Amino acid sequence: MVTELFSSGHTACAGCGQALGARLVVETTGPNVVIANATGCLEVFTSRYPESAWGVPWIHSLFQNAAAVASGVEAALRIKGKLDQVRVISQGGDGATADIGMASLSGMFDRGHDILYVCYDNEAYMNTGVQRSGLTPFDSRTTTSPSGKKSFGNPRPKKNIPEIANAHNVPYVATASVAFPKDLQKKVKKALSIRGPKYIQIFVPCPLGWRHDPGLTYEIAKLVVETGLYPILEYQDGKLISVKTIDAPKPVDEYLKLQGRYAHLFTERGKGEIAKIQAIADSNIKKYGLLKGGKEVQKKMVEEKFTEEKIFTTAELSKCDGKDGRPAYFAYKGKVYDTTGSDRWADGAHYNMHFAGSDLTDALVEAPHGDEVFERFKIVGVLKV
Amino acid sequence: MRQYREGSHAVAEIVRMCKAQVISAYPITPQTHIVESLAQMVADGELNAEFINVESEHSAASVVQGASATGVRTYTATTSQGLLYMIEVLYSIAGLRLPVVLTCANRAVSSPINIWNDHQDSVTVRDAGWLQFYAENNQEACDLHLMAYRLAEDHNIMLPVMVCMDGYILTHAYEVVDLPEQSQVDKFLPDFKPVHCLNPDEPISMGVLMGPESYTETRYAIHQTMMDALNVIPGIADEFERVFGRKVNCLIEKYRLEDATQVFVAMGSMVGTIKEIVDGLREDGQKVGLLKVIAHRPFPKKIVYEALKNAREIAVLEKAISLGEEGPLLSDVKSAFCGYGNQPKISGFILGLGGRDITNKSIIEVHSALSGSQVDVKFIDLKI
Repeated sequence: MVTELFSSGHTACAGCGQALGARLVVETTGPNVVIANATGCLEVFTSRYPESAWGVPWIHSLFQNAAAVASGVEAALRIKGKLDQVRVISQGGDGATADIGMASLSGMFDRGHDILYVCYDNEAYMNTGVQRSGLTPFDSRTTTSPSGKKSFGNPRPKKNIPEIANAHNVPYVATASVAFPKDLQKKVKKALSIRGPKYIQIFVPCPLGWRHDPGLTYEIAKLVVETGLYPILEYQDGKLISVKTIDAPKPVDEYLKLQGRYAHLFTERGKGEIAKIQAIADSNIKKYGLLKGGKEVQKKMVEEKFTEEKIFTTAELSKCDGKDGRPAYFAYKGKVYDTTGSDRWADGAHYNMHFAGSDLTDALVEAPHGDEVFERFKIVGVLKV
Repeated sequence: MRQYREGSHAVAEIVRMCKAQVISAYPITPQTHIVESLAQMVADGELNAEFINVESEHSAASVVQGASATGVRTYTATTSQGLLYMIEVLYSIAGLRLPVVLTCANRAVSSPINIWNDHQDSVTVRDAGWLQFYAENNQEACDLHLMAYRLAEDHNIMLPVMVCMDGYILTHAYEVVDLPEQSQVDKFLPDFKPVHCLNPDEPISMGVLMGPESYTETRYAIHQTMMDALNVIPGIADEFERVFGRKVNCLIEKYRLEDATQVFVAMGSMVGTIKEIVDGLREDGQKVGLLKVIAHRPFPKKIVYEALKNAREIAVLEKAISLGEEGPLLSDVKSAFCGYGNQPKISGFILGLGGRDITNKSIIEVHSALSGSQVDVKFIDLKI
């Protein structure tokens, strides 16, 4: 019998982006994981006794403490010596993450737990009937930020949780959208390969709360990226390492008009508001260099970005010696690692014993550490033997 | 081995010997000495545990909840605002049947802010599904922690246990305590074997949604277990005596009750003061006794009734009050007599709030009031 990690038959609404996101996440982690789930739609629609959609060990306690419960799970696995075999995920909606659970999330980041926190962002408190959260976007209509004669809905922009996560110096932070499942799964996989606290925020449409046709979930999750309203980003050690680029940004009204939560803007009075939302998208495009081949930021990043396919000859590697501002690379078992900027590799020298620009495969045998320390370095290519 | 130790340090020694594996706490006076000691033990390698510093008591309780659910022995300590901040996690821990042990260094509750001792904090959470024991002195505090782990992890119980010890009066007091040998503790307390835990080899869902068709049964099960615990406790207490060579009371202690017509009922450290008064009154030929209540939850109602049924005048002395009603222990004691004829006079006295000293004079005042008519609430040492 094949055991599903996230079974069908749960009670999510048709077109639920969160159910799709959660399935993509757990199918990427595989069975060796423990999940601590916050209160919210995901918990409710997957766990009604006596049924459960979860084929992995799963615990729900309260609304704001998923990150703290996960911290306890991680500490227990650590003391049992099982943290190498079992990964820990903490997950919740945008309210559980960005509002009521902000302190416990900050604590989890701060303490450096080896946990991936996943925020399913459907931009309001959906489980209680579509109330405003800290991640509700500007001018979106919710039941507690309604539009009216004196209001266009939520008056504030979204909190920037990825940057708050970065401010904790966590090693990996990313955003994703369920419209791009491969990108999402690649990020989950990458996050799980890195030790320490990780944060991934996934855009998950909610047909009920956003008042859109359930058949449009994918379209909306795609358009939000193509307009620039939801930048798809990836940070490692606080540095932006990749963005999902846009060929030609679509105007925001193409995205807004599909959803009832923005219907009040498509009036004579609302025209100016749509321009404000367009300004948010434009600002994102500029700030993160989302335009394909467009902005200087983006170009520079693409140029700097090496991939594993980049092949170094021994001569090329030796030039990356970390001196005079040159990058500091070393090779280990055929892979080339970037140690530029590491305190322990100042001027390309590691304790004055090992030097950047060389192959250190044999040197590790004598080292007081194993190859696990290389996890913190980016792989920039392979060494041609 | 008999040692002259501060109450907090003695309790930390016991937790060390019980081999707690995940400890999480947030600092709050007067709990700090306990967790500081444990942090030092972990730092010195004397205790192989994960000590998790958290950003709030809410997270401290959540961390031990997650760890306990993953199948390891856990510990936390708090008091006052910290305990109140934990409340919803306390309910959740009990609901998931996790054998967490918590020390409450009893302290008053704001406002006005007051860091000194009374029982309002722990009494407020008596309905959360935790077994709750009150210590008279530091020896008892130590022994109750040993019992706490053993009871919590008993497969017939599987509920969290709160050991309450008066802030400062016990936590910061130096007393001679008989600390056990590690071998004795190992004999009394086997390794924790969870009934269920979070394990990829046998995936389970914990903390699920339950509707009207099944929620009631979870409450029933916890209540039934609490009642069963009253029967389980004496057997484990006997085992305690066999291993440690010392008697431990977990439910009640009867002090000079045999022919007493006037009886004091109290919990915690004030019992020591009352014992002295009882001795004095006995010397004067008065038939006075004392019933010490150790288990507030489960409340040993029948045992309390049996102990008190021959008394004519009962004084329940409390460091807590259900504002707008009476002392919570008074309600419990009164209910123990409900349905029986020939009820004694049962009066309630509130004293020692926010750290106000309970002196011999305070107890004498209670005794003097006993011969008057029954009162539900009389504040002692009140300055108005």
